[in-house]
Amino acid sequence: MIAVIDYKAGNLTSVVKALRFLGANDFVVTQSPAAVLSADKIVLPGVGHFRSTRLLEDLGLTQATRESIATGTPFLGICVGLQWLYQGSTEAPETTGLGHFPGQCERFPAAFEGNDLKSPHVGWNSLENIRPDSRLLKNVANGSFVYYTHSWRAPLSVDTAATTLYGGPFTAAIERGNVMGVQFHPEKSAETGLQVLRNFLAL
Amino acid sequence: MLTKRIIACLDVRGGRVVKGVQFVDIVDAGDPAELAHRHARGGADEIVLLDITATHEGRGTLLETVKRTAASLFVPFTVGGGIRSAEDAAAVFDAGADKVSINSSAIARPALIGEIGASFGAQAVIVAIDARRTKGSSDPVGDAEVFVSGGRKPTGLRVIEWAVEAEARGAGEILLTSMDSDGVRGGFDCELTRRVSEAVQIPVIASGGAGSAAHFAEVFLVGRADAALAASIFHFGVTDSRALKAEVAAAGVPMRLPC
Repeated sequence: MIAVIDYKAGNLTSVVKALRFLGANDFVVTQSPAAVLSADKIVLPGVGHFRSTRLLEDLGLTQATRESIATGTPFLGICVGLQWLYQGSTEAPETTGLGHFPGQCERFPAAFEGNDLKSPHVGWNSLENIRPDSRLLKNVANGSFVYYTHSWRAPLSVDTAATTLYGGPFTAAIERGNVMGVQFHPEKSAETGLQVLRNFLAL
Repeated sequence: MLTKRIIACLDVRGGRVVKGVQFVDIVDAGDPAELAHRHARGGADEIVLLDITATHEGRGTLLETVKRTAASLFVPFTVGGGIRSAEDAAAVFDAGADKVSINSSAIARPALIGEIGASFGAQAVIVAIDARRTKGSSDPVGDAEVFVSGGRKPTGLRVIEWAVEAEARGAGEILLTSMDSDGVRGGFDCELTRRVSEAVQIPVIASGGAGSAAHFAEVFLVGRADAALAASIFHFGVTDSRALKAEVAAAGVPMRLPC
């Protein structure tokens, strides 16, 4: 059973629709720590403000996720769901993330290399430096386009599985063992996005 | 590299896609779900469905159309027309839209922008602006005025000021339609698009006047648009998005190719 965590951060319809399209029928959209603990896979979608992840802590979902991933359950965070895997975000300094990966998410700079940089970063941008050992990005080629919409971004680390360039490189995907996240929206990224979700479902 | 987006727009009335020239001469162009998928397969970066009648009685039909269209569409999908409240927006999101486009309802009650954004995120709220240059003004572009009711009714609002206010109230994108150029395939209003794009931080989608690949290249390079929307040039086999994007890319604009 796949647990899709609902923490009231935007619209889950698209993610659920994509999972169903790929043949995943055994899933539950949930706020229950028990469901997270018993799930075979966990998906944490989310668009919107980092502050909304506070509900995860309040509902006991942070602890349940921590315990579940420690037993090897595959976890996929999408957009704010990826950012939550870090220690926190300057978007909501009082809200702590899971801290599975080090560092803080930060806003795009207002300018880069002397040019104004628009924010949010909206649209199709390419994946670069895809780590050959990434299971999440298997059969995804460097230069493939994915759809983004965000104003905060995650820093690079040794676990970065792919980068994207906008005001310099940021973490497009992260992966260490069973814990994975993507800043882009695989459910809105045409065939490339479906391939990423397919890879996750196949774990 | 971040690419510029080509957005296919489907104007829908009573569950069918139609396209008029300057909002009249309506021609039937087919089934929305079928056309949306054809556009996505053909390389469109995004799909917009606008309910151009947006009558109260038609809402059920629209939501059914949205649901049917969204079921297996995996590119961003925006729905506009007749969204007057956060509840209307919620129904459209629930049917499978990723973003809503609001126009006259945002002018009537600007707080609506923030209300939808509070529940669904700013990225999900597009404020659509129908603009007309103010002829006879010393600055016809700077003084361009916002119109509603399909371009018939002036509001007294200046386009650039309204775009800035919409951003401040939490809009995620601006969809700027030039009523002067809409439907006549003579090119986008690049000067107006540029002025709006420079006034706001959020992406600006240019609309109205697409007739050739050169028009798209111009609105990206000169008009500084982040995306451009067109309906009529796609529907009757003039070209598809992939062919269009190859031409626009050849002019020096980053495009999602292959797609």
